Amino acid sequence: MSGNKGLLKSSVAKKVVMGLTGLFLITFLIVHAGVNALVFLNDGGQAYLKAASFMGTNPLIRAMEIVLVLGLLIHIIDGIMITAQNRKARPIAYHGKGASANSTWYSRSMGILGLLLLLFLIIHSAHFWIPNRSNQFATGHEIDLYERMKFIFSHIWVVGIYVGGCIALAFHLLHGFKSAFQSLGLNHSKYNPMIKTVGMLFAILCPLLFALMPISMYFGFIQ
Amino acid sequence: MSSGNMNLTLKIWRQKNASTAGKLITYQVADISPDMSFLEMIDVLNEQLIQKGEEPVAFDHDCREGICGMCSLYINGRPHGPKYGITTCQLHMRSFNHGDTIIIEPWRAKAFPVVKDLVVDRSAFDRIIAKGGFISVNTGSAKDANNIPIPKQNADEAFEAAACIGCGACVAACANGSAMLFVSAKVSQLTLLPQGKPERKERVLNMVGQMDAEGFGNCSNTGACEAECPKGISIENIARMNREFLVASLTKKEPKNSGGGAM
Ligand code: FES
Repeated sequence: MSGNKGLLKSSVAKKVVMGLTGLFLITFLIVHAGVNALVFLNDGGQAYLKAASFMGTNPLIRAMEIVLVLGLLIHIIDGIMITAQNRKARPIAYHGKGASANSTWYSRSMGILGLLLLLFLIIHSAHFWIPNRSNQFATGHEIDLYERMKFIFSHIWVVGIYVGGCIALAFHLLHGFKSAFQSLGLNHSKYNPMIKTVGMLFAILCPLLFALMPISMYFGFIQ
Repeated sequence: MSSGNMNLTLKIWRQKNASTAGKLITYQVADISPDMSFLEMIDVLNEQLIQKGEEPVAFDHDCREGICGMCSLYINGRPHGPKYGITTCQLHMRSFNHGDTIIIEPWRAKAFPVVKDLVVDRSAFDRIIAKGGFISVNTGSAKDANNIPIPKQNADEAFEAAACIGCGACVAACANGSAMLFVSAKVSQLTLLPQGKPERKERVLNMVGQMDAEGFGNCSNTGACEAECPKGISIENIARMNREFLVASLTKKEPKNSGGGAM
């Protein structure tokens, strides 16, 4: 087996790709949460709109947006391939159920959690990203994303969907963050506790910050 | 101790051979001593079946001392049953209660086809070993101690990896049917030691290649393998194998066929 062919097809490579794209998507989450958190300044969306329009018009960031979509697609396709192969690896399911004694349910449900996140992402981009970009394409101007947020988050069921999406994200990250390091071979007794702690904090705080936005808007904490 | 003896309901996977479908069959056993090992309990059942003229349950076992890795059994949803860090032959009936129902299944993986009942064919592991789980240098007779300097930490880690008995509980426990823990233990054991260094790159590439070819699933780092391993093999070994594989894939040169050398 030649080394390079092995690298592309092998199970180890699929994990590495999963981990790399996962960490890349985490950097996106950080930026996204950071920009959106500006709404908590409660200044009528001024600071938020400034940051959002920078993100929406800066050529470098727009180029990164393409890389982001590619990264997301690779993460999804890799995940589908891995899940399909794993299904085949155990054609007959066990009758006895005892897996909770050896692993967490969310570590065993990354595919399902990923699917939920994908569904959420479709709804979320239909709310903001797609209308905004198509308006830019048609008129050259961005829509007022802050007004749109207030409108979208005035429906309780939408807020419910967003909170649900954030919960799915939290569990996906709770396993995904530390799992990415393990897949990349970065397992060292000196750094493991730090990776675990940072991963857990991020998996809780980042989705919490996201979830607080629709909640605060719905209840009028942010005007 | 007889007061502690128990009656149990067993649901055991019966399957004639690899090409026929199997199913769970219910059996009753009575007066089982808590001091019996789990395998002795099945021996009791088999005596009953033989006396009734029925086919006994086929299951794997050999040393019954927890050292060979031959016994298997997926008991109540866990490889080697409800305890951690032991094989099924070291599981005792005191871990169960009078009146319990116990579901007993074979290891389930495409790469471990059922031979009969609870016996599976684990020769996929042998084929992975044959791809690189060895060193091809003549090590001669035993060297003087400290002739080859090996850092204590490497020696310890190699020794811990070498504790793997190849039982396949990692595959059985894994939600994905992945053999990463087994393969990584074998890769680590040799890669950490000087004698294993000459074939370091081919070894990891070939063993991972064979593992994939056998149809094992992809690791998703659930850690179930580590939790269920009777020898406590750590998933640190999987991270090491991932590193070794990446480096080997990116840096290995094609051989020039110039002869000589340990490879
Ligand atoms: S029979 Fe040898 S380890 Fe159980």
